[in-house]
Amino acid sequence: MSMNNQGRPTAPSVANSNEVATVSGNKGLLQDEKLIFEIGTPRRSGVDFGEVPSGKSRLGGMERTSEIGLPGLTEPQTMRHYVRLSQKNYAIDLGVYPLGSCTMKHNPRLNEKVARMPGFADVHPLQPQSSVQGALELIHELAHWICTLTGMPSVAMTPKAGAHGEWCGMAAIRARLDADGHTHKRRVLVPESAHGTNPATAAQCGFSIDEIPATKDGRVDMDALKAKLGDDVAGIMLTNPNTCGLFERDIIEIADLIHGVGGYFYCDGANFNALVGRVRPGDLGIDAMHLNLHKTFSTPHGGGGPGAGPTVLSDALKDFAPLPFVTKDGDSYHFVEHKDGAGAASFGRMCAFHGQMGMFTRALTYMMSHGSDGLKQATEDAVLNANYVQASLSDVMTPAFPGVCMHEALFDDHFLDGTGVTTLDFAKAMIDEGYHPMTMYFPLVVHGAMLIEPTESESKQELDRFIASMRGLAERAKAGDVEAFQAAPIYAPMRRLDETQAARKPILRWTPPSAHLEAAE
Amino acid sequence: MRYLPLNENDRRAMLDVVGVKSVDDLFLDVPESARLKDLVDVPRHQSEAAVESYMAKLSGKNLSAGSAPFFCGAGAYKHHIPATVDHLIQRSEFLTAYTPYQPEISQGTLQALFEFQTQVAMLTGMDVANASMYDGSTACAEAVVMATRVARGKKMKAILASGLHPHYAAATQTVAQYLGIELTDNPSAPGQDHAAIDQIDDNTACIVVQSPNVFGEIVDLEPYAEAAHAKGALLIAVFTEPVAFGAIKSPGEQGADIVVGEGQSIGVGLNFGGPYVGLFACRQKLVRQMPGRVCGETVDANGERGFVLTLSTREQHIRREKATSNICTNSGLCCLAFTIHMSLLGEAGLRQMAETNHGRACQLADELSAIDGVELVNETFFNEFTLRLSKPAEAVVEALADKGILGGVPMSRLSGDNEDLLLVAATEVVSDADIAAYRQALEAILA
Repeated sequence: MSMNNQGRPTAPSVANSNEVATVSGNKGLLQDEKLIFEIGTPRRSGVDFGEVPSGKSRLGGMERTSEIGLPGLTEPQTMRHYVRLSQKNYAIDLGVYPLGSCTMKHNPRLNEKVARMPGFADVHPLQPQSSVQGALELIHELAHWICTLTGMPSVAMTPKAGAHGEWCGMAAIRARLDADGHTHKRRVLVPESAHGTNPATAAQCGFSIDEIPATKDGRVDMDALKAKLGDDVAGIMLTNPNTCGLFERDIIEIADLIHGVGGYFYCDGANFNALVGRVRPGDLGIDAMHLNLHKTFSTPHGGGGPGAGPTVLSDALKDFAPLPFVTKDGDSYHFVEHKDGAGAASFGRMCAFHGQMGMFTRALTYMMSHGSDGLKQATEDAVLNANYVQASLSDVMTPAFPGVCMHEALFDDHFLDGTGVTTLDFAKAMIDEGYHPMTMYFPLVVHGAMLIEPTESESKQELDRFIASMRGLAERAKAGDVEAFQAAPIYAPMRRLDETQAARKPILRWTPPSAHLEAAE
Repeated sequence: MRYLPLNENDRRAMLDVVGVKSVDDLFLDVPESARLKDLVDVPRHQSEAAVESYMAKLSGKNLSAGSAPFFCGAGAYKHHIPATVDHLIQRSEFLTAYTPYQPEISQGTLQALFEFQTQVAMLTGMDVANASMYDGSTACAEAVVMATRVARGKKMKAILASGLHPHYAAATQTVAQYLGIELTDNPSAPGQDHAAIDQIDDNTACIVVQSPNVFGEIVDLEPYAEAAHAKGALLIAVFTEPVAFGAIKSPGEQGADIVVGEGQSIGVGLNFGGPYVGLFACRQKLVRQMPGRVCGETVDANGERGFVLTLSTREQHIRREKATSNICTNSGLCCLAFTIHMSLLGEAGLRQMAETNHGRACQLADELSAIDGVELVNETFFNEFTLRLSKPAEAVVEALADKGILGGVPMSRLSGDNEDLLLVAATEVVSDADIAAYRQALEAILA
């Protein structure tokens, strides 16, 4: 079996189908659905337009004469095509989706309704500011909630995703160091358990990366950290709770040590949902932290985005925040859009406009709905649910670290030793049981990692069913049923897919059959 | 609390299983000084009705595009989005799914991404496209960084031709400044300006040219492509209005190596600037240097065609500090909206949409340029053009807004200079009555 760099098998090993082929290719509710390029035609359309005013073309001889080839479908065909596709997806609304570090919590539908209100969804980013005072007020209000929840003095609202927020925080650190003439400070400490975006971000900001090992209990090795301190240290990027789902007990001391050498503390806020209402990052000595509005504050993941990554900044960094930002004068709000006045020290603009307004409306709706009491309760329930799962499985699976966890429970694959079943096989068997698998093979510091994050949205009944399924699978693996695991999934819309072939000979688009023939000739 | 399924009995029973007395015992790793004693200082929970009412009031303080004669563009455009699009993207299976890391139960998202990539490649005239970036400006910045990677870091100069949207130039500068990329920026001025061609030298990794450019002018990319290729540099073509490619030649036909731009016009609302969907396409030979998520075709264990995320060895979760980009999301739901809208349009619909846009813009340009104190700056345009006004554009736009008309974007809003220039866009949603109202109001303001 071939493996990728994470030691994760990438090719299917067993084809063992007990299915009877249907005549149509459909399988009951699951409809076989071809690509739009195979069912639509360039001459068909599902949109009607009114009369076109005709006049002299102003295209300057640049008219497109070539065929574009884009297929069209009428409205009923379009509905069927995408409804059929949708039924091949797992979703939070369907069942338990315990992807560790991804925080798949319920997406309240009020948030969707609010985001579509015309004063938010149908306003242009460059309308006169007098015509969008409500939109500016909303951004200002959300910033107030974020600063209050984090205990930080300032927040940059424009970053468009978590990794974009990381970049924002690290760029603010870089800009501050440059402004102070500390151009020798270019080394950033990153724990080896960090999410891959952390080292990637630091590198994109022109820093070098120095990895810090973890202790046996899954936290930063303080001796190793102290040994790596020096005048060239620009800062540290640390996730808290960390990627093992554990709170970094020494976090205040870490902040003091980093500040002691003139560095800055970037906290990856991907797991802030474990802290909201109980711990404020501002009390831990951090200088910058992004929030994933699509995790902690429940803006929908949408099959991979869009996200939103507002980034809180300390007093030391706030003057370097990206453009534009909202300020309030008396009763009116306005944008600072250029590098002068209040924006003079800004490190620049991160995107074309003001960030993810559609996510701001949803996040603020979520925050107001929960309120101070509900946010705290959500945090506590998320942590309790994770601990309940960990405690209920610890006799049949192997927790990676002893003791309680925060919002996610991390297991390694030792309980599968000698069974021939891998973490991947186990995950695929969960699909047949009706669950989305947990995060697997991450963090890299744990062998065959299985990271389970149930979130506060799961009821005890759902969790009990999930736990029973996981226990049953663990027992089945130990009983030696390896072939069944390797054949899984069999009840999914597709059997295991060959990722090796996909990467070796990338086919990234549809091409017309005639092009295949030409290529063959 | 309506979103939290656990009740007190559940919590008690679960704490017993965990073996702790109270939930506080789960937070003992938090240093004592950092444990909050009271609730944070924000209001307590509220009913759905109360929150909805509050938000509706905030929404009502804004003048929405659909409620006024509307002519703003400059990188974001108001088009009609078929009701089908918003209905489909709100299906739970699309809305509440994560990144398709488990392909066996994510074929809906994956097949849609494969369709998206193909549509973007066709539209731009390129070989391949990725599964989208945050927006057009961040796609532009990523393209410049990619060009230096293609040059293996041996060429670190990037030229931004005049007419590139100033916000795209700024977003690119922001990323370039810490990577040792030397940007040669050209001041934004209307009219055809080929100065950038003479700046191409042996150290140039790429030249970045927008068409239609920020003033709405349609730029012939071929001279740029020839000059760039003669020096071994790449041509990065930028656009902010994808509907234009239903009417004008694609960048691929004109020799572009990388094409990036904003896809918001197809399927995605104005949303006050985001979320949008950055489109990113390139030549096949550059694909392994392309940033961002990509979906590829493969087969399953039964030999049936399926789709997976692929080429992840370029990405941060494998390559870490050596990754092509730190990007970790795409604009998933927005690219689904793009794909659905584009599937509804098809080539015939897109061409008709483009024709309608161009027709409306021509009509508007004729009407407005007939006013005393208004000069049409453009020689060519698609659905957006630039007017030189006898009064500062910012004040004119404010005066128009007071009359309930959203009349365009002052160039000075983007770059701080060119005070007399106003960018004006017209799409298929503009009516004869809107145009008449605009003409009448502008005449009065400039009189």
